[in-house]
Amino acid sequence: MARSLKKGPFVDVKLDKKVSILNETKKKSVIKTWSRRSMITPDFVGHTFGVHNGNKFIPVYVTENMVGHKLGEFAPTRTFRTHPIKKEA
Amino acid sequence: MARISGIDLPKNKRGVIGLTYIFGIGRSVAAKILTECGIDHNKKVSEWDDEELNKIRKMITDSILVEGELRSEKQLNIKRLLDIGCYRGLRHRKGLPVRGQRTKTNSRTRKGKRKTVAGKKKVTK
Repeated sequence: MARSLKKGPFVDVKLDKKVSILNETKKKSVIKTWSRRSMITPDFVGHTFGVHNGNKFIPVYVTENMVGHKLGEFAPTRTFRTHPIKKEA
Repeated sequence: MARISGIDLPKNKRGVIGLTYIFGIGRSVAAKILTECGIDHNKKVSEWDDEELNKIRKMITDSILVEGELRSEKQLNIKRLLDIGCYRGLRHRKGLPVRGQRTKTNSRTRKGKRKTVAGKKKVTK
């Protein structure tokens, strides 16, 4: 179910503040965050985020066509396990 | 022979149904097209005259994305997801369901035919 447009995109206030400080000072540094639920806004483009996946921070470099997705989408929380592929002798 | 956007329409079907043979046109869009062109829905495809056919053809090329163009747009959308490396892209890459369905059972459409893993012992009583 999509979110109502009326409400606008959701960004954690803390995160928004950090990004705007970086934007003002024109600095680039990794922003560590737990806020996986935050929408990526156009202000975020070009920054690198350390998005927490429950274990560690996954570096995510935000590009233009990521806008509109949530940060959490880029830091998978599960490890994908497969059976080892046996080579036929 | 009614030929619209590279597809031969079946002759002896009702107009609404005949139009759905085009990729990108379903029942509701087909009905919309016919209503807007002022053609009876129940009229068979073979009964359309040239004028009606041209009307339909014009409307489809002008306002609706069908066939090849639609397919390529679909592919581009998926490619975008793959490129940005988001969760949905990863699911596409692995050929698993994208929208959070269960995968313990079912989801055979995405996963394809069952691949049995050998080595699991049978329960013996």
